[in-house]
Amino acid sequence: MSDIIKVKNMCLWYGEHKALNNININIPGKSITALIGPSGCGKSTFLKSLDRMNDLIPGVKITGDIRYKDKDIFDASVDVNELRREIGMVFQKPNPFPMSIYDNIAYGPRTHGIKSRAKLDVIVEKSLKDAAIWDEVKDRLKKNALGLSGGQQQRLCIARALAVQPKVILMDEPTSALDPVSTSKIEELSSKLKKDYTIIMVTHNMQQAVRISDQTAFFLLGELVEYGKTETLFSTPSDKRTEDYITGRFG
Amino acid sequence: MNNNKKVFEKAVHGIFLILGLVTIGCVLMITVYLVISGIPAIREIGLLKFLFGKKWESASSDPSYGILPFILTSVYGTAGAIVAGVPVGFFTAVYLSKVASKGVKETVETIVSLLAGIPSVVYGLAGMLVLVPGIRRIFHVADGASLLAAIVVLAIMILPSIIKVSTTALDAVPKEYEDASLALGATPVETYFRVSVPAARSGIATAVVLGIGRAIGEAMAVMMVSGNVANMPGLFKSVRFLTTAVASEMSYSSGLQRQALFSIALVLFLFIMLINATLGFFLKDRKGV
Repeated sequence: MSDIIKVKNMCLWYGEHKALNNININIPGKSITALIGPSGCGKSTFLKSLDRMNDLIPGVKITGDIRYKDKDIFDASVDVNELRREIGMVFQKPNPFPMSIYDNIAYGPRTHGIKSRAKLDVIVEKSLKDAAIWDEVKDRLKKNALGLSGGQQQRLCIARALAVQPKVILMDEPTSALDPVSTSKIEELSSKLKKDYTIIMVTHNMQQAVRISDQTAFFLLGELVEYGKTETLFSTPSDKRTEDYITGRFG
Repeated sequence: MNNNKKVFEKAVHGIFLILGLVTIGCVLMITVYLVISGIPAIREIGLLKFLFGKKWESASSDPSYGILPFILTSVYGTAGAIVAGVPVGFFTAVYLSKVASKGVKETVETIVSLLAGIPSVVYGLAGMLVLVPGIRRIFHVADGASLLAAIVVLAIMILPSIIKVSTTALDAVPKEYEDASLALGATPVETYFRVSVPAARSGIATAVVLGIGRAIGEAMAVMMVSGNVANMPGLFKSVRFLTTAVASEMSYSSGLQRQALFSIALVLFLFIMLINATLGFFLKDRKGV
């Protein structure tokens, strides 16, 4: 599989503070990449750079090169809204809009100009099915999404992201606020989705990384310490710091 | 807890209760007084004749007491102020809450608070000196003191409450909603109007209702710019509001005329109650979300 995202010599500053230092990573398409590391190591910051959500934070400066499908995402010709349509995002805390389940899913497609009710119906059903939540909500599409449980809300957010047909889905600790049953549902779902999508997931849960990811990247203090096949990284880490972290000696 | 402390706690609670009851007592007294003093005139004149009579001639030898001109003037004036003031206030609030830099926001909010603090007689004075002659010249009418002038003054007077309450509601929209929208590829402007504003809608509705309450209850400023003649309302006609009808005749009224003024106050009071009930509905809705 060819690499869909290529990052070269990337650094990121919050004002004077350098939060990411010289990151180099190539992420293959249609696979799951886990980003692990202790809190504050920069993995979430890195994730949010990929769909330029860091643009919204005042004082953030990024240098180096981030390429999506071989195109520099900071190039003046790139429409950031179009980029974010192709690179979707699921947040740590489930954040459905305070509107109906249907309107949550239809929000993205409507934003991108789809008005026909029939088309929207199809998209809503397909997205909810793909996110494995259709059976639970099909009878209450008009009900407020905030009435769902946390786990359902998170799958709804995944369905909402799928509705705009992204290529890449960034997930920022999508299960950290969920119970174990909901967590395993999201994991199953992710494994299923990688057939069609590229998933990059920040996780604090190393078992989760082992269970579902193909590649794992270990971040520490703003640096990418080690990146490789998940199996290899967890069985025979090449860096001492990775070994210390995955064996639970710190973090 | 020892006994002394217990007694102290109880005493303080008691004092708070009494202070709270003072407010309730005032409202009750006003209500009872208005009803008692407002009913006789309505009885004597007849409810329909009073509410829907088109002529108010309290000083003539054969007086008639129809307050439809006042009711319609108050309704049109308030509606006009809302139509003119809400869009300005609403978009200002969106700008302040979502677009403006911190410095701009603070400066504008200070000025808006200042606007809220200006006494209504000053609004009236400014209206008399600027607005009334302005309307006369621009629209070539004999007298600029008119419903239009009152609407403009009221629209400006309700701006502060609309801007402040809407801004607060929009500020309270969780950033997560907006992030989710942006992450789906929506532009910032799409995000404001399709996520932030709907999420803040009960707060914005509250702002509008507060504006209505302020506009319908205003007396001094509108008296100074509206000409204060008991005409059926027209945009360029001199008109009289429910509030100004009471205020302008009370000092020299007597007998049935005086009682009729109380009845007007009762009608105004019912309008305000209706608005407050609406407000309560929106506030309840807000808690639900």
